[in-house]
Amino acid sequence: LQVMDSAPVENSLMSSESDIQRTQYPYVTGTSVVGIKYKDGILLAADMGGSYGSTIRYKSVERLKPVGKHSLLGASGEISDFQEIMKYLDELILYDNMWDDGNSFGPKEVHNYLTRVMYNRRNKFNPLWNSLVLGGVKNGQKYLGSVSMIGVHYEDNHVATGFGNHLARPILRDEWHENLSYEEGVKLLEKCMRVLLYRDRSAVNKLQIAKITEEGVTISQPYSLKTFWNFSAFQNPTVGAEGSW
Amino acid sequence: MTKQQANWSPYDNNGGTCVAVAGADYCVIAADTRMSTGYNILTRDYSKIIKLADRCVMASSGFQADVRALQKVLASRHLIYQHQHNKQMSCPAMGQLLSNTLYYKRFFPYYSFNVLGGLDSEGKGCVFTYDAVGSYERVGYSSQGSGATLIMPFLDNQLKSPSPLLLPAKDAVTPLSESEAIDLVKTCFASATERDIYTGDKLEIVILNGSGIRREEMDLRKD
Repeated sequence: LQVMDSAPVENSLMSSESDIQRTQYPYVTGTSVVGIKYKDGILLAADMGGSYGSTIRYKSVERLKPVGKHSLLGASGEISDFQEIMKYLDELILYDNMWDDGNSFGPKEVHNYLTRVMYNRRNKFNPLWNSLVLGGVKNGQKYLGSVSMIGVHYEDNHVATGFGNHLARPILRDEWHENLSYEEGVKLLEKCMRVLLYRDRSAVNKLQIAKITEEGVTISQPYSLKTFWNFSAFQNPTVGAEGSW
Repeated sequence: MTKQQANWSPYDNNGGTCVAVAGADYCVIAADTRMSTGYNILTRDYSKIIKLADRCVMASSGFQADVRALQKVLASRHLIYQHQHNKQMSCPAMGQLLSNTLYYKRFFPYYSFNVLGGLDSEGKGCVFTYDAVGSYERVGYSSQGSGATLIMPFLDNQLKSPSPLLLPAKDAVTPLSESEAIDLVKTCFASATERDIYTGDKLEIVILNGSGIRREEMDLRKD
């Protein structure tokens, strides 16, 4: 990329031949991840879509992955950056295991590590284009946190990325409560994912729900949600305005 | 061929307001606990206050990732200071360190608006107020963040700060009692919450005095 200018100025916000890799666009992206705390641990939900702009190019992308013994990571945004993050985490967990000291990184530690990685990449103007949800249980303590591509992070009883913030969080603010049972938690997440399916154009109807408790991680087989289109307004949509479009 | 433009911003404003008021032998530092982005609320329960030293507390609002990084840098520098000097940093010393730390990133700033509160070496309340690049001064009271424009004039009206042009220089610390100051701060936030969309949910208050440090909380409007 030639910078045609009589006095070329290299500003970190403008890319030139030397640092063409910096400013980025995402290419293959995953949409919302939603997470909640429940009685025994954490539940995460994400669909399996990988969009290439407005095309839904991949329909079997696993966006929920276990990390070590105590954590689950859900990612939205650039899928290749998520794969890179998994490589970093695999190395982190490996080094942790190699200490062989009976201790292992819990979700708090993994979340802190991810926050630092995302923030440091942002500082170099070369972000990992992801919004991450990190959940887990260690020694009975439940943990659920989120990190964005510029390093903004927080923990809460329920978190979501992307469209999930607009559509799922309001439902969760209304209906989440302490000590949800597993069935109640799944129902609540499915309600959120259904609304996202109706309203997020990059959502696909093939999702996974992941559970993490003190005992371990379970990631469900992919399945679809039932959708309901039997609203009277959809039955005969032009009634009342025949002839118009 | 046009130059490629950046399509993402390294900064975000996560909102919130901070206030600090210095008294004769106490200091009150307060901040709301709402964290937002754009028109969304990310969480209603995020603390913007950190204890940097035994007699020094900082409240910061702005871009949360930068605030957190700044807190970590200062905490780490304080630990080194303790190892080297075998004592806690005084509030004025931390004040200078914060200024220097902020200016260090003058050309890629920490988007963090800070108030530092604590007790000086004589046990009197002190408040330092900063901009994002480290410009600071010691004052009797201050507010920073999204609700600062609403709160500062009210504080000016209530705390009647003497003119800094007077000679001899008059102390800016308020003659109010500790409980009166706490009440004043609560009033500030209740009012700011009404009109500033980024301020609300909960108020966290930290009070530093001769007996130590304590916390208080108050609910704010959640809309």
